Amino acid sequence: MTTDIHAYLAELEDIPGTRVFTAARSRKGYHLNQFCMSLMTAENRERFKADEAAYLDGWQLTPAQRNAVLTRDYNAAIDEGGNIYFLAKIFSTDGKSFVQAVSTMTGASVDAHNAMMIAGGRSPEGLRSKREAALAEVAAEAGDMPGSTI
Amino acid sequence: MARLTAGIAASHIPAIGAAVDNGKTAEPYWAPVFAGFDWTKAWLTAQKPDVVILVYNDHASAFSLEMIPTFAIGCADSFTPADEGWGPRPVPTVEGHADLAWHIAQSCILDEFDLTIVNKMDVDHGLTVPLSLMFGQPEAWPCKVIPLAVNVVQYPPPTGNRCFRLGEAIARAVASYPEDLNVQVWGTGGMSHQLQGPRAGLINPVFDNAFLNDLTADPERLRTLPHIDYLREAGSEGIELVMWLIMRGALGHDVRELHRFYHVPASNTAVGHLVLEKAA
Ligand SMILES: [Fe+2]
Repeated sequence: MTTDIHAYLAELEDIPGTRVFTAARSRKGYHLNQFCMSLMTAENRERFKADEAAYLDGWQLTPAQRNAVLTRDYNAAIDEGGNIYFLAKIFSTDGKSFVQAVSTMTGASVDAHNAMMIAGGRSPEGLRSKREAALAEVAAEAGDMPGSTI
Repeated sequence: MARLTAGIAASHIPAIGAAVDNGKTAEPYWAPVFAGFDWTKAWLTAQKPDVVILVYNDHASAFSLEMIPTFAIGCADSFTPADEGWGPRPVPTVEGHADLAWHIAQSCILDEFDLTIVNKMDVDHGLTVPLSLMFGQPEAWPCKVIPLAVNVVQYPPPTGNRCFRLGEAIARAVASYPEDLNVQVWGTGGMSHQLQGPRAGLINPVFDNAFLNDLTADPERLRTLPHIDYLREAGSEGIELVMWLIMRGALGHDVRELHRFYHVPASNTAVGHLVLEKAA
């Protein structure tokens, strides 16, 4: 395994549909994630549910982070530095499970997502590397051309 | 002297805890998951471990972004189940073994593994779900538990090789503890799963089964497996599998596989389970 942190971090960005919780994301999402931690007491969950906007005023969130929380847009929350284990405190407060919350990030309905999981889950084929996927696309396009040998 | 006798690996999905707590274990979705642990329950009843060193990761419960220890050992007398957002799980308080935990902490630090010593820590599903899988719903857990929390949330987590070598150091520490105790090491988390983004729901049975095979057959391959391979092959949360290498390292060179189970899915996750016995 590489010990070059630059090469290590660059590789982590090569996975399609995946945002790894690196230092950059952690620093960006510090207040968002710490807000999530505050939902680990019943009193705070009640206060949050009673008036979400007022509760969030007590935290130094960016407008994008605030909006992601209020609209339960978990992909946006992760883009803004949120981490799923922290964000879990929000959907747990909503009484939602990981399957329910996770399905909102894939574009599938809960039922469709659950059915996919029961059928064996999502295959990693074609989803390992952005770079490889791009190369495969170029190769496929070249392959469509008459006379191509690729 | 204390004896390190066996290791267990198991996934630690929160929905499994919810199924136990809400009396759903016999439902068609869940029954096959729990059946995979029946053999182990009976085996543990016969084995009667005195102490389990339970390797798990905290999922933003005891440790927020304020403090992120790479390896933290629980040295308290007891640990309370954490409130992860839906109230604490209705499971017994976890009784620690403070004397052995401190002995391991001190020994490992002299052995150049600088563990973080934790005297107050709530324990989340990462620790309590494996206890439920192995012991069901007792009034009190039948053994003492030493929590060993590993950071796999904030990157970089420790390397597989570092985990393996920490396991070896823990084994040396246990072997020098004067009391006669039957000690097991459990490695938890995994197997393939991804809980974020459009790639969520990823499952890779080929990778998972190779990992299960090589934990006995070729641990040398696993200890040098780079993080990126876990992420590409087993999903972003599949990185939890590095923790199994602490258990494997602690068991020494020769092990015998006593039991294996693999099932898809529990929630978003592939459930993997192994029982390994240390060869005499
Ligand atoms: Fe986990």
